[in-house]
Amino acid sequence: MRQLGRIYGRLLIAGFRRQSTYRLAALGGLAANLTFGLLKLAILSAAVRTTSGDLGGYDLATMSAYIWISQGLLGSVNLYGRLDLVDRVKTGDVAVEFLRPIDLQAATLATELGRGLFTLLPRGLPPLLVGILVGMSGPSGWLGWLAGPISLVLGMLTSYAMVYLIAVAGFWLVDVRGIQMLYMAVAGFLGGLYVPIWIFPEWLTTLAVATPFPAMLMYPVDVLSGRAEGLEIVGLLAAQAGWLLVLLAVGQALTRAGRRVLEVQGG
Amino acid sequence: MAESSALAVRLRPYRAVLVSRMRSQRSYRASFRIDVVGTMLVGVIELAEIWVLFHGAGQIGGVSFTQMLLVFGLAEFSFSIADLFFGHCDSLPTYLRAGTLDVFYLRPQPLLLQLVTSDISLRRLARATVGAVCLVAGLAANDVEWSVGAVVLVALAIVSGIVTFSALFVTAAGLQFFLIDGAELTNAFVYGGRYAATQPASVWPRGIVVLFGMAFPVAFTAYLPTVTLLGLPGSEWLPAWLGWCAPLAALWAVGVAGLAWRVGVRHYQGGGG
Repeated sequence: MRQLGRIYGRLLIAGFRRQSTYRLAALGGLAANLTFGLLKLAILSAAVRTTSGDLGGYDLATMSAYIWISQGLLGSVNLYGRLDLVDRVKTGDVAVEFLRPIDLQAATLATELGRGLFTLLPRGLPPLLVGILVGMSGPSGWLGWLAGPISLVLGMLTSYAMVYLIAVAGFWLVDVRGIQMLYMAVAGFLGGLYVPIWIFPEWLTTLAVATPFPAMLMYPVDVLSGRAEGLEIVGLLAAQAGWLLVLLAVGQALTRAGRRVLEVQGG
Repeated sequence: MAESSALAVRLRPYRAVLVSRMRSQRSYRASFRIDVVGTMLVGVIELAEIWVLFHGAGQIGGVSFTQMLLVFGLAEFSFSIADLFFGHCDSLPTYLRAGTLDVFYLRPQPLLLQLVTSDISLRRLARATVGAVCLVAGLAANDVEWSVGAVVLVALAIVSGIVTFSALFVTAAGLQFFLIDGAELTNAFVYGGRYAATQPASVWPRGIVVLFGMAFPVAFTAYLPTVTLLGLPGSEWLPAWLGWCAPLAALWAVGVAGLAWRVGVRHYQGGGG
């Protein structure tokens, strides 16, 4: 057991180091995050001012926090549906991974978590800094500070577990690009990337909360921005953990079933 | 007559490539259908995002949702058409890294024209459809005083918008010769520009007005023509008559794109094959 843990730890570190070589790409992503952040700040703070605090309970400080924290997490939380595993399932190279004495899902999540954690440095910190400069709110109380990082890691893992499902769907489908596109559109909207799900009309908020998408981005942002307090934080963490477990279980089942239908050509 | 047939001969290779690309996309029917539906959904969700915000706030920056429908329709339609023709300039870094761009240099045709006609992504028409529907709905739902001037204004806005967005793609492609691994850097003004175009520019602080109102003039593609057409009050930095200047903004964008492309191509030294 301890040895297995060490293997996944190594994979996590490898993912972290692998991501650290793409510095120019990180800079490019950062420029896009900052541009989108400034544009969103302009329109969302105008909306807050027009409604004088009636917009889902947001004021300028909590709205700034929402914008800069969500832009900062965008590089680490996978809302795009892209994953290296997709190509390996398509080509059949994934067969090699089945020969290794490690779990495909756990190995994928460990590597992705390593990459996501590194990405927080070049793409998470600068937007956070801008947010602090323009005056954003922070976690509420010691519970918020304690729960913030946990919620963040849970959100990242939930998104990877979800994208893993898209990748293993490739065992049955020729091309998962269409699903990736649907995922990108729906995850961004219901996950609260474009506008907070709390300013949706009520029926749409209910719909969003019934999906795993807010657990990836909206809930971590709520905890980190201090919008959630006390018991609410515990509730959000529980929802995240619940979704993560469900997605992991489905992923395990699909992997097992997919192994049987995998066809590898050539010798 | 002889001249036009000479032109047809010169265009024949481009046409052959484009027709084959279109046919190849439609041969995987299920895949193509999912692609089209997915692309359309992305456009619809982007509209939903605006609707949610205006539903909650009523008016933002002196613009209502009905008026935003027109802004969104103009921006979405113009961008999608530009994307249809120039969008795969985005794949230039892949050619650069793989060294396959050198193949283009071997053919006796202009580089940019080859790049533009090397592929055409039909699913982008799905988004243009979403844009066109919103544009027509926006024109019908708003109180437009129809006159020759109004028709000219809308036509100018669409043509200038397509040219401006195409110029953004070419500017980005020109910069790729220097960036290569930092391709995402240009997404800031290409896709950031598309997002900015669907916003009421009246809420922008000065820094963004300089960036997206002047340097990459996307404010001229949708918001400003709408303000002029509907007779809305402009803002201090962007007065209401500016909508008529959309062609000037497009010219400026083309100038920047031409410069960026030329400097980029001069800088390129081959893949070392």
